[in-house]
Amino acid sequence: MKRYYVMGLFSNFEEAFATIHDIREHTIPGVSVDDVTLKSPIEHPEIEEILGDRGSPIPKFSLYGAIFGAIFGFLFLASAQATFLVQPQGGKPVIALPSNIVLSYEMMILFGVLSTVVGFMISARLMTKRHPLYSEKVSLDQVGVMLELDEKNVNPVKELFKKHKVVEIREEVSQ
Amino acid sequence: MQTKDINENIAWAKINKDVLRSMENPRMGYWVALAACVAMIACAVVAEIYQYQVGMGPANLNWPHMWDLYIATFVFWIGMSHSGTLLSAILHIIQADWRKPIYRFAEAMTLFSLMTAGLFPIIHLGRVWNMYWVLPYVSDRGIWPNFRSPLVWDAFAITTYMTSSALFLFIGMIPDLAICRDNARGWRQKLYTVLSLGWQGDDRQWRNFRRIYLMMACFLIPLAVSVHSIVSADFAMSIMPGWHITSFPPYFVAGALYSGCAAIITLFIILRYFFRFDEYMTIPILEKTCKLTFAIAMVWSYLTLIEFASVWYGHDAVAKEALVERFVGPYSPFFWLMLFCGIIVPFALAFEKLRRHLPTMFVVSLLLNLGMWLERWMIVTPTLAMSYYPFAWDIMWPSMVQWAIVFGSFGWFGLLFLIFVKVFPSVSMYEVKEMVFHRRHYHSEEIATKLHRREGDPQPGDGPSTEGVRS
Repeated sequence: MKRYYVMGLFSNFEEAFATIHDIREHTIPGVSVDDVTLKSPIEHPEIEEILGDRGSPIPKFSLYGAIFGAIFGFLFLASAQATFLVQPQGGKPVIALPSNIVLSYEMMILFGVLSTVVGFMISARLMTKRHPLYSEKVSLDQVGVMLELDEKNVNPVKELFKKHKVVEIREEVSQ
Repeated sequence: MQTKDINENIAWAKINKDVLRSMENPRMGYWVALAACVAMIACAVVAEIYQYQVGMGPANLNWPHMWDLYIATFVFWIGMSHSGTLLSAILHIIQADWRKPIYRFAEAMTLFSLMTAGLFPIIHLGRVWNMYWVLPYVSDRGIWPNFRSPLVWDAFAITTYMTSSALFLFIGMIPDLAICRDNARGWRQKLYTVLSLGWQGDDRQWRNFRRIYLMMACFLIPLAVSVHSIVSADFAMSIMPGWHITSFPPYFVAGALYSGCAAIITLFIILRYFFRFDEYMTIPILEKTCKLTFAIAMVWSYLTLIEFASVWYGHDAVAKEALVERFVGPYSPFFWLMLFCGIIVPFALAFEKLRRHLPTMFVVSLLLNLGMWLERWMIVTPTLAMSYYPFAWDIMWPSMVQWAIVFGSFGWFGLLFLIFVKVFPSVSMYEVKEMVFHRRHYHSEEIATKLHRREGDPQPGDGPSTEGVRS
């Protein structure tokens, strides 16, 4: 089944948000705000009020990465220190907690950071092919509202864009 | 008199244009500075080759002076690295938007300071080919580094800090790299296409971007504090007089922030001149940085005096003698110069007229960093010159080999930094756009209304956007 992608480029956030607001109000049957992708040169501070809270799994990556780093760090150090069990320690413990805490702390942060970056790559879908409707104007100063649609909704959406002073409309058909 | 951090009427397209142009067309001074850095590195390379061939003798490094300028300068560069990432992270969390035009080069400064600092422990080893012994790798002899040693903690902490700072810098640059990708040609376009990781600026990417930036800032603040605390442990965990001091960790962290802030002022003025960034690196932002530096200078001054007081009242005869020797001994001229540069000179930052005068601030920032470098030298060398045993007392002055390598390290840092600001945008374009956007909307409703509801607003099929153009 053919899917249609339509993107309207607006000169400011107000018009783009007004368009999304109309979509949220179901002015076009069969088109919902979940079909909307907003493309912008900056992140608008009130974007969640317009698109809804879509969440991000990154904090979980950070948490699990940091926990793993702390545990791995301590066990790594302790296992390395355990190889000296046969040597006289002069009354000192083989596995020294004060120094291991310092190093485990560093490992906790290192793995927390690495895991956060991996989480970002995955959840932001980076390193994937750019969408054919990508416009360089979005990285300059325009705001894009892109929708994935059935054929019957293409023209009503274009009309909606025009109602909100769209600067340019682009579309792409995928099989 | 300029009073706003930024002119909120700057068009977004102009921000892109100005910053992208800076990467192509710097002033002549840029090339002169680049050549000077290469010459400085050449001095260091010649000295290092000589030291490598002959041994540590020509560097005057011999018992009891095993560390001297190399380790003092290592601590200095680690300190220098602190303000960039740490201040950027703190200011990001508290939403101080004046950081936006200046944080990029400050974070780059962090990374290159760490890369410079990392050279010194290797150079000071003498047997540079054995540097990998500090790394915890699986050896066929079952030998591991001594994890109880603060020197090994250093290796862990600095590696973690360098990795995290590089990622923080890179992640913060991704939207700008996409802008560069969209505007560059030739090898630059290929480079930015790879580095921008397919950024498209959609809401999913921005949402996750905001989260990761916040999470990384949260990781980096305790990390930065821990790194310089650990560097202070190189000294404080020993029993040497003048080093075994409880207040060393906060003292080192304050000193690190202090020298880093001073370096930000220096680089701010240099970049503003080289790349004609008068509209982005504005005088009010410089003033804010100066005020912050002044506050940190006062914290450092307090901790310096507290260090003296705690040694004095501690009644440890050896530590007291080492302290008195700093004030009146052979190194005293440098010690007093350090106190002058570190405690007296920052009062220049308290005066508005001076803060707004770029040449004065340039000189002041250099003097502050001279003070901070002397501080590290005055921590390392006098203690080694006069420790517990009188038979180990020895006054030593650094040789030309040491001076040349220290001098060259500034060239190395400068070269890395100058290459970075030529290849990558040194002002964050998307964040300056955000800054302009927020100020326009929340500080100047009237202008916002005019901009968005003026006659001749774009109609369907019209030309490019006029978002942000002065009405």
